[in-house]
Amino acid sequence: MSQEQSVLYDAQGPRARRRTLIGTVIAVLALLGLAFVVVRRLADRGQFSMELWGPWIDPSNEAFDSVWRLVGEGIVNTLKAAAVAMVLSVVLGTIIAVARLSLGRGGRLPLIVVTEILRGLPVVVLIYIGVRVLDDVGVDLGGLPGGQVFWGLIIGLTAYNMVIFAEIVRAGVASLPKGQREAALATGLTQGQTMRIVLLPQAFRTMLPAIISQLVVVLKDTSLITFIANYDELLSQGESIQRNLDNPIQTFFIIGLIYIAMNYALGRLAQYIQRRQAQAGRAQGQPTETVGLTPATTGTVGGGA
Amino acid sequence: MDAVFDNLDLFVDGFLTSLRIIVIAMIGSLLLGVVIAACRVSPVPPLRAFGTFWVTTFRNTPLSVVLFACAFGLPEIGINRSFFFFGVLGLVLYTSAFVCEAVRSGINSVSAGQAEAARSIGLNFSQGLRFVVLPQALRTVVPPLGSVIIAMMKNSAVVGAFGVGGDLWSTGATLTSARGLETLPVYVGGVAVGYLIITLSAGALLQLLERRVAIAR
Repeated sequence: MSQEQSVLYDAQGPRARRRTLIGTVIAVLALLGLAFVVVRRLADRGQFSMELWGPWIDPSNEAFDSVWRLVGEGIVNTLKAAAVAMVLSVVLGTIIAVARLSLGRGGRLPLIVVTEILRGLPVVVLIYIGVRVLDDVGVDLGGLPGGQVFWGLIIGLTAYNMVIFAEIVRAGVASLPKGQREAALATGLTQGQTMRIVLLPQAFRTMLPAIISQLVVVLKDTSLITFIANYDELLSQGESIQRNLDNPIQTFFIIGLIYIAMNYALGRLAQYIQRRQAQAGRAQGQPTETVGLTPATTGTVGGGA
Repeated sequence: MDAVFDNLDLFVDGFLTSLRIIVIAMIGSLLLGVVIAACRVSPVPPLRAFGTFWVTTFRNTPLSVVLFACAFGLPEIGINRSFFFFGVLGLVLYTSAFVCEAVRSGINSVSAGQAEAARSIGLNFSQGLRFVVLPQALRTVVPPLGSVIIAMMKNSAVVGAFGVGGDLWSTGATLTSARGLETLPVYVGGVAVGYLIITLSAGALLQLLERRVAIAR
């Protein structure tokens, strides 16, 4: 924290400290005032009544068990879709990245065009195409385990995320020292072996934080299926719960908290790995690429998607 | 493709409505995001805590949950507005967290020595900020801020799917469900192409801008 601030100001002297203190008091009062207005408003409208909160927090409430069972199912389905989409995206993304790195100019061009198109489309449109359009043109996904909507969602999420992973992996390979590839080729490995045995494993290590950060995006995007078809993931479950119990504020508060908890944990994991890698890099006396690379990639690809 | 060309006027209307959502949300989220970023880098601890809370909340919640909370939650406490209002509001709240992080990382990317040098030649806080820190921060902030805005343009489709009515997504929904047209030409040829026009041209503009503000460090 103190390091972040040092750009804008020095260590504070007595006068600045006094000003900060005054600012702190004013800010605390303002924030408390804001909180008071919100709480007052909620209380006036009876939003703190047990009638509305009971199904969520009172185990003796008749709806308590079924509400949390639905939410539990929702979490499982959300995680299932995110995990499958993630694995497929990483595998296909790696293949695309390797193809882009090893093909000649002519072979690369179509890949670049596809990448630009998939990256330029909203995920929700891709999910719609996966779920509805594919079904309408006669692609039958219903025979697969999990059903048509599940695989449509997976196709939409994968189409969007695989090209982002391809970019992440490509950046990871590009960030490796040139000597790695040269040394591997010099020991007699073929191009393919060099990629598989030497370059990709190192790239994945460097890119692990970026990959986990992208998992947050995938996890959030699974909720978009709510607008398109029936798949009982977390948000859809919450939506039907609040429709039955008529307590939208309480329900979306809880659902939001669950999403925040899952994504915050993933984000911290990414930070932890990144910091550990940075330390490991310093210990070996070599500058590590992780630090510079990850914010850049998450910035370009993860931002708000 | 007839489905698209026969209904071109509808698609153009939808395209313009989508642009309207995007422009309003862009102005709103940039303003709000800069305010939150100012909180996060301020010397006042409670403001910093508030900024961190804001970013953690909105960055980790799916946009769809934010939209639901706005459109179904706010009327419960007596705030009744149109779906368009709630949709844009949700998009602004959500995007502001990402704008804040982009701006903050830009300010932090200016090395401490720059501000120290500014102070040591006698510039006061606002002069140092205006002449030394911000001009450099703005340059580094352009690429990440640009991708945040492009992501927001794509997210405007989620607002459309949520149901503001009249935008590109809704046009597709109306044509396929009410008029029974095939989904393939409408969504792939119409809706997807519409969004591609927006995001690809925004991407090209961003590259131009990046080249103009690029500096050799």
